[in-house]
Amino acid sequence: MKRFLYEVSESWKIAAAQMRSNLTRSTLTALGVIIGIIAVTLMGTAVNGISIGFDKSMAVLGDDVLYVTQWPWKPVDDWWNYRDRRKIKTEYAETLNRMISATPNSNLVVAVPTSNLMRSVKYGGNQVDNVFVLGTTSDFIVTSTIDCTVGRFFNELESRGGANVVVIGYDVADALFPSESPIDKLVLINGQLFKVIGVNARQGTFLGLFSWDSMVAMPLAAFNKYFSAKTESDVRVKVRDKTRLADAKDELTGLVRRVRGLPPEKKDDFSINEQQAFKSTLDPVKNSIAIAGLFITGLSLFVGAIGIMNITFVSVKERTKEIGTRKALGARRRTILLQFLIESTALCLLGGFIGLAFAYLMCFGVGKAFPSFPIHFSVGLVLISMVVSMLTGLFSGFAPAWTASRLDPVTALRYE
Amino acid sequence: MEIRNSDRPRGPVVIDIENITKDYIMGEEVVRALRGVTLQIRRNEYIAIMGPSGSGKSTLMNMLGCLDTPTSGRYEFNGKNVAEMDDDELAAVRNREIGFVFQTFNLLPRSTSLRNVELPLIYAGIDPERREARAAQVLADVGLGDRIHHKPNELSGGQRQRVAIARALVNGPSIILADEPTGNLDSKTGEEIMELLENLYQSGNTIILVTHERDIAAHARRTVHLRDGLIESDHAGFVPELDLPVAG
Ligand SMILES: Nc1ncnc2c1ncn2[C@@H]1O[C@H](COP(=O)(O)OP(=O)(O)OP(=O)(O)O)[C@@H](O)[C@H]1O
Ligand SMILES: [Mg+2]
Repeated sequence: MKRFLYEVSESWKIAAAQMRSNLTRSTLTALGVIIGIIAVTLMGTAVNGISIGFDKSMAVLGDDVLYVTQWPWKPVDDWWNYRDRRKIKTEYAETLNRMISATPNSNLVVAVPTSNLMRSVKYGGNQVDNVFVLGTTSDFIVTSTIDCTVGRFFNELESRGGANVVVIGYDVADALFPSESPIDKLVLINGQLFKVIGVNARQGTFLGLFSWDSMVAMPLAAFNKYFSAKTESDVRVKVRDKTRLADAKDELTGLVRRVRGLPPEKKDDFSINEQQAFKSTLDPVKNSIAIAGLFITGLSLFVGAIGIMNITFVSVKERTKEIGTRKALGARRRTILLQFLIESTALCLLGGFIGLAFAYLMCFGVGKAFPSFPIHFSVGLVLISMVVSMLTGLFSGFAPAWTASRLDPVTALRYE
Repeated sequence: MEIRNSDRPRGPVVIDIENITKDYIMGEEVVRALRGVTLQIRRNEYIAIMGPSGSGKSTLMNMLGCLDTPTSGRYEFNGKNVAEMDDDELAAVRNREIGFVFQTFNLLPRSTSLRNVELPLIYAGIDPERREARAAQVLADVGLGDRIHHKPNELSGGQRQRVAIARALVNGPSIILADEPTGNLDSKTGEEIMELLENLYQSGNTIILVTHERDIAAHARRTVHLRDGLIESDHAGFVPELDLPVAG
């Protein structure tokens, strides 16, 4: 064991000396790995960024909230079976809340109705089109990740009274109020004036997935007063214990059936969704992007590895006599194997390290230039890159190192 | 063939080979480098192996040094059958029991004298402090105490060969095998190296030396002549006449 350690440390020294004395050659060879690691790492940051973007968008839905909707959150082949379902009414929420409070040990906390449509929002000369206008109750904050950085969400009083107040998303605030505080300003939606009482924290948009940044929320009573047009409604219900989501789902199904007055023999004519369902639809997409991206960039790393393999073969050839001498002095096969493996690994690690440094700078630059670009550099990624470089080194060094270790000592000593 | 047994040292047998042959297959042709060599070498002998070029001297040395395996015949090193040793055991024997000195020195070009001499100690698993102390000590013993941090290209040929000898000695081997150690040196430097080997012999080492040169072989206490892969003569002392074809 001790001998092994001495041999390893000796090999590292030899590897360092070898790189120093063949500086140009080592640098050129390492370049392949540098480029490979840059490519893989950048792709890694992008995949990371995409993943985080997905998760952030998903987080909007909340992992402890069930959504009662007409359509299920997954692709359906038999859309005609869903089309004629009765609409989900916002009034269900009140009935559900009464039932929940009447149920001892209920798995559900509170039901919140929401209605929405798309409208333009105006302030002064500024206008934002296609804003997601949401009518809900003051309980909404319980079910969502909404977080007012400026101002506040509307309270129960405003909610019940249907006050003309709105909480606006970050991008809406940014577009309408580029240089002043939005609080207490009156914005125009559908010809009606609403007072801005809060601005939601920035969430970031990602691949066009839903984001709070481009929404406006108001009390449902006000919403119903002014927007009689066709609206989408659903009811969301907060769950007490998210580890018992299935129980909560069963309970809620029962309650909604009662609200809808469904006789036992009839099938459910509504859907209950949770974040997870959405995730399992999107995850395969996310994963295929990751796999395809990493595979393609992995090829460039593979080319780098071939370069290292080649140079290690050259190194073995050049130092055949040295290998013979080492064997004559008592080096065992595995000593020689180890020595060349460490040489190729050292080269790859060096390349990996430089590549990582470049990738980091590039990420930093891209992040500064395009803040919305999904790119994310993490400690995990650094570790993975170093491990990948090391594996590349072991992979590319193995064949030459094996050849070296099997050399016949006499033949090696005779080599000129 | 005449052997004067009375002059032989009576130490334990280190090398015992019997009817060793070595064939090299070169395509269709078989080169019979050794054709049946029998030899016993005891502790603290000083042997010169002589013979014309191609007579199999280096082949025999490689065999004795456990670098090569015979095609047939028996080889016992310190009473152990070499044919039964696996690769790691052979490496261990080469590491601890045999010190090689090459004609071309075979030093690692980018390492200092100290690091070169340390190499066998690394393979023996000696810890760094003892390793360095031991290597420095042996270098001082061969007269290079002031050259331990020099690299081979900063040393003269004679000094390089001294480093190589220090490297061969550092693990305290049973035998030292030197294949034409003075072949790349001028005669004065060669004499200095031979003086060093003489000192090693005097202090109890066993030395096997391959050489072409009579004055070099004259340092040995026993001379073995090879011809065409066979032992032609094996004499105590140096017998120059026998370097010529034997008449009767
Ligand atoms: N690896 C090999 N493959 C084929 N033939 C070889 C090999 N090694 C040695 N021989 C042959 O074996 C014979 C003995 O070679 P060896 O090197 O032992 O001679 P030598 O006595 O050391 O000669 P020199 O004095 O020139 O060094 C020669 O004919 C040589 O050509
Ligand atoms: Mg020879």
